Amino acid sequence: MNTIVVAQLQRQFQDYIVSLYQQGFLDNQFSELRKLQDEGTPDFVAEVVSLFFDDCSKLINTMSISLERPDNVDFKQVDSGVHQLKGSSSSVGARRVKNVCISFKECCDVQNREGCLRCLQQVDYEYKMLKTKLQDLFNLEKQILQAGGTIPQVDIN
Amino acid sequence: MEVCNCIEPQWPADELLMKYQYISDFFIAIAYFSIPLELIYFVKKSAVFPYRWVLVQFGAFIVLCGATHLINLWTFTTHSRTVALVMTTAKVLTAVVSCATALMLVHIIPDLLSVKTRELFLKNKAAELDREMGLIRTQEETGRHVRMLTHEIRSTLDRHTILKTTLVELGRTLALEECALWMPTRTGLELQLSYTLRHQHPVEYTVPIQLPVINQVFGTSRAVKISPNSPVARLRPVSGKYMLGEVVAVRVPLLHLSNFQINDWPELSTKRYALMVLMLPSDSARQWHVHELELVEVVADQVAVALSHAAILEESMRARDLLMEQNVALDLARREAETAIRARNDFLAVMNHEMRTPMHAIIALSSLLQETELTPEQRLMVETILKSSNLLATLMNDVLDLSRLEDGSLQLELGTFNLHTLFREVLNLIKPIAVVKKLPITLNLAPDLPEFVVGDEKRLMQIILNIVGNAVKFSKQGSISVTALVTKSDTRAADFFVVPTGSHFYLRVKVKDSGAGINPQDIPKIFTKFAQTQSLATRSSGGSGLGLAISKRFVNLMEGNIWIESDGLGKGCTAIFDVKLGISERSNESKQSGIPKVPAIPRHSNFTGLKVLVMDENGVSRMVTKGLLVHLGCEVTTVSSNEECLRVVSHEHKVVFMDVCMPGVENYQIALRIHEKFTKQRHQRPLLVALSGNTDKSTKEKCMSFGLDGVLLKPVSLDNIRDVLSDLLEPRVLYEGM
Repeated sequence: MNTIVVAQLQRQFQDYIVSLYQQGFLDNQFSELRKLQDEGTPDFVAEVVSLFFDDCSKLINTMSISLERPDNVDFKQVDSGVHQLKGSSSSVGARRVKNVCISFKECCDVQNREGCLRCLQQVDYEYKMLKTKLQDLFNLEKQILQAGGTIPQVDIN
Repeated sequence: MEVCNCIEPQWPADELLMKYQYISDFFIAIAYFSIPLELIYFVKKSAVFPYRWVLVQFGAFIVLCGATHLINLWTFTTHSRTVALVMTTAKVLTAVVSCATALMLVHIIPDLLSVKTRELFLKNKAAELDREMGLIRTQEETGRHVRMLTHEIRSTLDRHTILKTTLVELGRTLALEECALWMPTRTGLELQLSYTLRHQHPVEYTVPIQLPVINQVFGTSRAVKISPNSPVARLRPVSGKYMLGEVVAVRVPLLHLSNFQINDWPELSTKRYALMVLMLPSDSARQWHVHELELVEVVADQVAVALSHAAILEESMRARDLLMEQNVALDLARREAETAIRARNDFLAVMNHEMRTPMHAIIALSSLLQETELTPEQRLMVETILKSSNLLATLMNDVLDLSRLEDGSLQLELGTFNLHTLFREVLNLIKPIAVVKKLPITLNLAPDLPEFVVGDEKRLMQIILNIVGNAVKFSKQGSISVTALVTKSDTRAADFFVVPTGSHFYLRVKVKDSGAGINPQDIPKIFTKFAQTQSLATRSSGGSGLGLAISKRFVNLMEGNIWIESDGLGKGCTAIFDVKLGISERSNESKQSGIPKVPAIPRHSNFTGLKVLVMDENGVSRMVTKGLLVHLGCEVTTVSSNEECLRVVSHEHKVVFMDVCMPGVENYQIALRIHEKFTKQRHQRPLLVALSGNTDKSTKEKCMSFGLDGVLLKPVSLDNIRDVLSDLLEPRVLYEGM
């Protein structure tokens, strides 16, 4: 019975992760990260991802402070924040976040405060969304492990 | 007795005499009275008469004399006492006055006489002044004419107009009959009649320049009167009736540019003069006056100046036109050259591809064919095909290489390789032919020759092969020796200094053969393409003649020098070349230290224990990179800033991964500083790999220029890191990591 549960859970996991890829939340880099997970480092991905989300919230905070006052926006700081965010998101494979960062950088280059605020909002939305999704994913993983199964390697291509 | 109307005479016959006396006295009295009247009248009329007082005196004297005579009339008869008294007074007065007048006249008459002389003197003076006035006026006229002439002459820069105007104006001013200008011909031996006043189209007379009259005129700067019969003055057919007017000739210096010095009048050392001849109207009996001659001289000078201005202008216009023409021609030539170059490049590009493709097909298929079952005849045929196609392929490559070399578009492909092995390989390739020709080849490698070097292996082999091949080709007997050593100082070429820097050295290779030798005169030609010395030995050996030229160019690319020494025909020759190679430290050090840090078998999957350093400001990226490397088995240290990196990096770290995503060159500086840090120590420095957001050409170039060994594109994948590490840790250096 366990095996059926495990299989089901594995199935669910697979579909879920594939859907995440298909919806563009994640890209290849994420699968690279998953490859690095082994017995020696079982929580590698989770650690990286949580570090990423912490980073995100910190950066978003700083950037929103910078963009608060309309007359005195420190675009340099915003730019460096976006740069960091972009780097981080591409390292973990957070595709949507990375894309928003790209348009964010463009707005920052032309010093368009409204555009920046919009992008900031979008980034916030995206990362929170991703966080929820990944949370679900990790829960599924935990369930599988608890049920005694192994996490399937999903090949995306 | 008759009665007369006159006073009745009461006297007798000698009364006739009395009568006549009477009448004469009367007339005398009248005259005496009228003369002063006249005098007074006329003196009153004239304004200037200095001696009025004298006149009065004289008048008085005359009046009194007249009175006396008048009174005498009454004294002929008896007269009363009154009459006698009057008479006496009158006579006394007269006497006084006359004496006074007489005395006065003594003073006056000399004065009067001197007045006369003064008058004469003044008249002369007046005449003289008149004359001088006339002269001045003439001179002033002359001056005016000169000014006007000069103005006319200088108002144009056209040579012909100048000359024409001169003649016309001169003719007008001086009322000449004829005025002509003789110019020297190009040869300078003759004078040619160039311009005349009256004739519109002068017939082309010439006279030789060495005539005495011409020499006389040229010898002085003044206008010289010459005979109307001299050749230069005979401008019209002479019809004997005319009495020819006087002729004057003057020289006109023709100045050249070189005569003009600043602040100096031109030295009259010019050799060229023109001759101006001026003729007065015939039959006019006019003479040349001094002022006219002066006028002519001045005009001649002015004309000279005006002419030189015109000449200068002409020259500069001509020069400018010439320059413009040349410009246009040059432009055209340049454009043509560019078109030609472009055409050639296009051709080469196309041919490069077009030629190689079939070539490769032929070679590949022939080699495949060789592997199949063939009859001996077929095998022979296939081998020949293969050999010929290889030869053709080499030839094509040579030609294409050479054109790329000449363009300067060829770049060396640097890599690390084993120098000793290279030499051995070359010798192995040549040995078969040498053995057949019974030419022993010896290889001497200097003991301090580094084993692992950085350079373009393929091309170096090409050079050595070419030279050794030539040595074998052109030697019929004897032996060949190949020596390779490190040069420390240059003895050969004066303009080529060998400076062994820390990480580079100059390799010298000497290939000595005992073959046909080369005529010292032919040595310079050897390195030109397609040229071969025409000796029997060479004609049979084939080859395109490009080999040495290509080798020379490769050697030059490697910042080296190649030359040939020969003692003469039949005495063999030595080909020597130097090239600059880099020393590959780590491999040499590992060889020297004896500890195999790099195992012979390249590790593709397991980097256990490899100590690496990761530098990235972004925490997430850092973690990911670390994770990747840990997965590959490395021991990873992470740092998050440049300073920390410099502090932490040590000789134990084999590789340093650094994030260079931030714009600017600060990140790249760290690479330089690591280089610095490790050149001071004797340890080998860690490999430097950049993690960058893009790997386009500029990034790669930047990395190379800052001394980085590799570039990885972020986000990094496991395979990429693995590939880069394995590539780096083998003794080869790449600049790709995608």
